[in-house]
Amino acid sequence: MPDEICATFSVHRLSILAPDGTVDEALMPPLSEGDVRRLYELMVLARTFDQRAVALQREGRLGTYPPSLGQEAAQVGSAFALQPDDWLFPSFREMGVQLTVGYPIHQILQYWAGDERGQQAPPSLNIFPICISVGTHIPHAVGAALAARYRHDPLAVAVWFGDGATSKGDFHEGFNMAGVFRLPLVFICQNNQWAISVPLSGQTAAATLAQKALAYGFEGVQVDGNDVFAVYRATRDALLKARSGGGPTFIECLTYRVADHTTSDDAGRYRSADEVAAWSALDPLLRLERYMERCGFWNEAYASETRQKALADIDAAIVTMEAVGAPDPDDMFVHALSLPGQRQAGQRKGV
Amino acid sequence: MARLTMVQAINQALSQEMARDERVVLLGEDVGRDGGVFRVSEGLLERFGAERVIDTPLSESGIVGAAIGMAAYGLRPVAEIQFMGFIYAALDQLYTHAARLRTRSRGRFTCPLVVRAPYGAGIKAPEMHEESSEALLCHLPGIKVVVPSGPYSAKGLLLAAIRDPDPVVFLEPTRLYRMLREEVPEGDYTIPLGVARIVQPGRDVTVVAWGSMLERVLKTETPHSVELIDPQTLTPFDWDTLLASVRKTGRLVIVHEAVKSGGLGAEIAATVAEEAILQLRAPVLRVTAPDVVLPLPKLIDSYLPTTGKIRTAIDDVMRY
Repeated sequence: MPDEICATFSVHRLSILAPDGTVDEALMPPLSEGDVRRLYELMVLARTFDQRAVALQREGRLGTYPPSLGQEAAQVGSAFALQPDDWLFPSFREMGVQLTVGYPIHQILQYWAGDERGQQAPPSLNIFPICISVGTHIPHAVGAALAARYRHDPLAVAVWFGDGATSKGDFHEGFNMAGVFRLPLVFICQNNQWAISVPLSGQTAAATLAQKALAYGFEGVQVDGNDVFAVYRATRDALLKARSGGGPTFIECLTYRVADHTTSDDAGRYRSADEVAAWSALDPLLRLERYMERCGFWNEAYASETRQKALADIDAAIVTMEAVGAPDPDDMFVHALSLPGQRQAGQRKGV
Repeated sequence: MARLTMVQAINQALSQEMARDERVVLLGEDVGRDGGVFRVSEGLLERFGAERVIDTPLSESGIVGAAIGMAAYGLRPVAEIQFMGFIYAALDQLYTHAARLRTRSRGRFTCPLVVRAPYGAGIKAPEMHEESSEALLCHLPGIKVVVPSGPYSAKGLLLAAIRDPDPVVFLEPTRLYRMLREEVPEGDYTIPLGVARIVQPGRDVTVVAWGSMLERVLKTETPHSVELIDPQTLTPFDWDTLLASVRKTGRLVIVHEAVKSGGLGAEIAATVAEEAILQLRAPVLRVTAPDVVLPLPKLIDSYLPTTGKIRTAIDDVMRY
């Protein structure tokens, strides 16, 4: 019998903003100067938040915290493309996503300080509590997308996870169902190269993560995750496709976890300083500054003002967070069930 | 009033609730075109369409995970895990998310879903098709576990479970699916969760059993006056009803088809020891499966509690 090729595939990588600050005008998404400034200010906010959070942990004012340094473009750029009614399912390192959609800063801090009340999303945001157990929230996004379609709600669902999550069963079960049901879903992988101490090569033998989508019958694209314009454009296109019935998309953002996995981790045990330095040179904020400077709307004074504003917002949030006080022991019971059972009711009295 | 099997009663409950509440959707393996491997959802695809009766890929964790997302979005999903032996792949979703979503979001999101699973032994099915691991689920705060023991309770409990604001695992004893017929009202009725049923009042000894073991206790011939309690909801458990009965009779025999160690019987015995030990006239006895892996059908009669073992336990507590 003649040899037959029954499937072939290719994976595209989208890059728009080069490390030197030049852009590919043909690929540049329509963003006003105000939009670009907003992206920049959110990225500065995310980075400043991260620096303050690590410092607060060192001072004993937060518990263990997972830094997101270096992933600002991949987080802010993707979340910036969302519409207010969209549903969001973030993982635990997505502070940049939370900040972009306006999640109250003091609540993000409150959660990492060990107070569950930080996870109560404001009624205006359809954002799930961050997922700690890697990749297990991916099927929830599938369910929300099924429900949205059943209700004929014209919205999309977005879910964020890391490269480590692509090894989990729930990643594959969720992707498979999204493909079979052609759901209005956007999967956004923050491929930051490391899952604690395991590098990407220890996570998969595949050339890209993006190609995993192809096995489930939908589009997978790789983007330069430190290029905020590429991340934004890929996410915006995928959301438009999702809302118009075109099915799911998987966006693999190539980025890097510049800091440790968490404040309890020491990445120096398992990776070289040279590697970190090489990625740090590709810093997403630096290249956006270079672009804005070329366009004539960035200078040191604006940068300083932006950082000061971010710092002031975060410091105000720290004051709010620390003024809230510890939860009452009764708080454990309040949301355990809609109504406590006989035994819980008794235990509640004894707390 | 129609005399229905448990399969028919559950089918009627699903059908009526889907007609009453457009938020109710079914999902699972073979629930649509095939009507479920036990035909529990037969005819529902034809009546309600593929948007509401969703044949999913083979994907237990994905099914329960998707149901969590649907429930949080505002639907009332009823997910089927084809057999309880396959629920283990979905325990992560139940433990990590369904049970915690209300707590973790401080009530912003809730998880009003039902996971139905055929459960229990005695139907000559292959390996992993006859499990009774309810104690695993009962250990977890945030999930309710319901086990009907007949067609009438199956309909009323299932309607209550679907309307309940919390996640409910609804375990359907397969041995009873077509064994019993009971009068089942055509109309709407619910049996509240968390409330036990005194199946028959008695003076000498309290026997507590659920699912298909209840039927076995009823078949046990004994000269003693047995007060038989069907908890119906295993968690949250109706301790008030059980303790009141034990305080009256002074004797307790617990019958469950799951293995002994760490079974729900241990929790019941410990609670009675804490709350009613001074009213006891005899040690609490458990009639259970031995602590071995569930055998294949040729040995199932040696594994499951029998009427003989139940009678002996009742005699033992009466003789003490």
